[in-house]
Amino acid sequence: MLWDALTLQLGYNATLVAIGATLLGFAAGVTGTFLFLRKRALVSDAISHATLPGVCIAFMVMVALGGDGRNLPGLLAGSALSAWVGLLCINGLTRRTRLAEDAAIGAVLSVFFGFGVVLLTVIQTMGVGRQAGLEGFLLGSTAGMLFSDALIIAVGGAATVLLVMILRRPMLTVAFDAEYAAATGLPVHRVDLAMMGLVMAVTVIGLKIVGLILIVALLIIPPVTARFWSDRADRVVLLSGLVGGLAGYLGAAVSASAPNLPTGPIIVLISFALFALSLLLAPARGVLAAVLRHRRFQRRVHVRQGLLALAQGQEVYEPYTRRLLRQAGLMRADGVATDAGRARAAKALRDERRWGLVRADQMHEAAAAQYDGLRDIETVLTRDQIDEIDRRIGPPHEVRA
Amino acid sequence: MVELAAKQGARPTDPSVQASPLAIRGLTVSYNQKPAVFSVDMTVQAGSMTAIIGPNGAGKSTLLKAALGIVRPVSGQVTVFGRPLEKQRARIAYVPQRASVDWDFPTRVIDVVLMGLSRELGLLGRVRMWHMARAMDCLHRVGMHEFADRQIGQLSGGQQQRVFLARALAQEADLYLLDEPFAGVDAATEKAIIGVLKDLKQAGKTVVAVHHDLATVTDYFDHVFLINTRKIAEGPVAEAFTAETLQATYGGRLATAQIDQIAGALG
Repeated sequence: MLWDALTLQLGYNATLVAIGATLLGFAAGVTGTFLFLRKRALVSDAISHATLPGVCIAFMVMVALGGDGRNLPGLLAGSALSAWVGLLCINGLTRRTRLAEDAAIGAVLSVFFGFGVVLLTVIQTMGVGRQAGLEGFLLGSTAGMLFSDALIIAVGGAATVLLVMILRRPMLTVAFDAEYAAATGLPVHRVDLAMMGLVMAVTVIGLKIVGLILIVALLIIPPVTARFWSDRADRVVLLSGLVGGLAGYLGAAVSASAPNLPTGPIIVLISFALFALSLLLAPARGVLAAVLRHRRFQRRVHVRQGLLALAQGQEVYEPYTRRLLRQAGLMRADGVATDAGRARAAKALRDERRWGLVRADQMHEAAAAQYDGLRDIETVLTRDQIDEIDRRIGPPHEVRA
Repeated sequence: MVELAAKQGARPTDPSVQASPLAIRGLTVSYNQKPAVFSVDMTVQAGSMTAIIGPNGAGKSTLLKAALGIVRPVSGQVTVFGRPLEKQRARIAYVPQRASVDWDFPTRVIDVVLMGLSRELGLLGRVRMWHMARAMDCLHRVGMHEFADRQIGQLSGGQQQRVFLARALAQEADLYLLDEPFAGVDAATEKAIIGVLKDLKQAGKTVVAVHHDLATVTDYFDHVFLINTRKIAEGPVAEAFTAETLQATYGGRLATAQIDQIAGALG
């Protein structure tokens, strides 16, 4: 079943949903990266919750005009309108009052969503005949997805990604350093509004598949996941799009492979799985890599300290240090240094003396700044410089057993 | 009254305003109804190196930010080379304080310098070979060319400051505004930065820097601007950087012995 779903062989609806979810995931991942880098990820949560009143009002207006209340473009237009109003409220509250952005987000999110839920209840008692099915916009509902719905997602997603690509440089400059951006004459406020507008577009086209409550996950999790793998913004953007697209595709396939699995929540769980894998396994920023790096560092510290103790004829007490020195063949079980250990210890002590001179010397200021107790002096000074220092220190000391 | 005077002073026909790379008239900037800078006039001499000096919280950075339009003043006017700021953006380069950005941002040194070219690149322009060459040249001038591909978070504080300077150099501006460029940097960086700034002056550019180290003012700068919410003094170092003006600027915060020492060094 899952294989059939992955190869798009589960029928027309499942294929439409899979394609739509992939495109949506890509668009959300790309757009969300800028939001994430601007450190305003939670604004998207308020925007998405602010769509609900618009959906309901659009439905009521369309019914009142004698049309089909469930016309998707109409509902999406309504949602975009109220999301925009919500966004302006947040901006106004943050800029014109002393409220911080997080408080403004909380206020707007809950008020708009509450208002939306009230309207939803009103619609259900309105007696329009059939159930409007608007609750589907809360968590997404892909059961009755039409070709035209998929087309809206595809066209909307492509337009959003295109606009993001056009605005990427000003958005990145503002995200990195808003004051500098303002100093070069960039209209920072308008760039921010444009970014939020794009986020809103993604939210609106995602209503059908993921729903307004969970869309924030598709905007935030992919960029955070991508950030683990790259230190370059352009690559983070692309990777984030790919992660989002993959999550959308896999999520749609998995939910199609068994009856009654909700598409949106599964997509979110899959993107979380990708995030968790990255968190653990990413080469430079991952948890595993960090632990290994710390262990390696700890070993170097212990060996170095142990060698310096041996060089000065002191007993090494710390069990971990003793074990490391023994394992490296530098110390015997009874705590006496081996030949190799004595040689290394002498070298360590001599390097310490060399460093001492380097750090006291104005001439070597740049090199001295590199001292951290572990760095090999050969990596910061040339052979000639070290010879010069050695002439000043005098002949090497022997470390006695 | 103050505002009226400011407006008259800022008439574009005023020769001192016309000739000045940066002329400020009647500038007041406040945060929550408390002026950080009050009714300040400033006329930067073309081709000068000017230090903005004053105690903590005296409005030094605020003055700079208002000059750049980053913070909106309550009143006052800023002209750059005799014209309104907005028309002269391309001629100004800004080096912000290092602490103002998140250094874990996913970007490389070279990408930061390329930000200095974004006005030229516009929205859709591609980064070409000559853009890269220019960015690399700017990194060369601050001695950071070997770090072009590094993630910015891996740099030391001094190196970060030099990258910011390189980004400003890439703008090829005529007026450079720097906010505490020497704060918390190592001696090698300080030397590199002052070298670059003096080269800029040699090339006829104008440099204005917020500066906090009174001991190096005479070595580094030829003009000073002393501020403590209001302007205290302005002019060539020999005239405006004296025991009296320092006393007026710092009040009790600077020990008399310190002032005497600095004034003594001035001869």
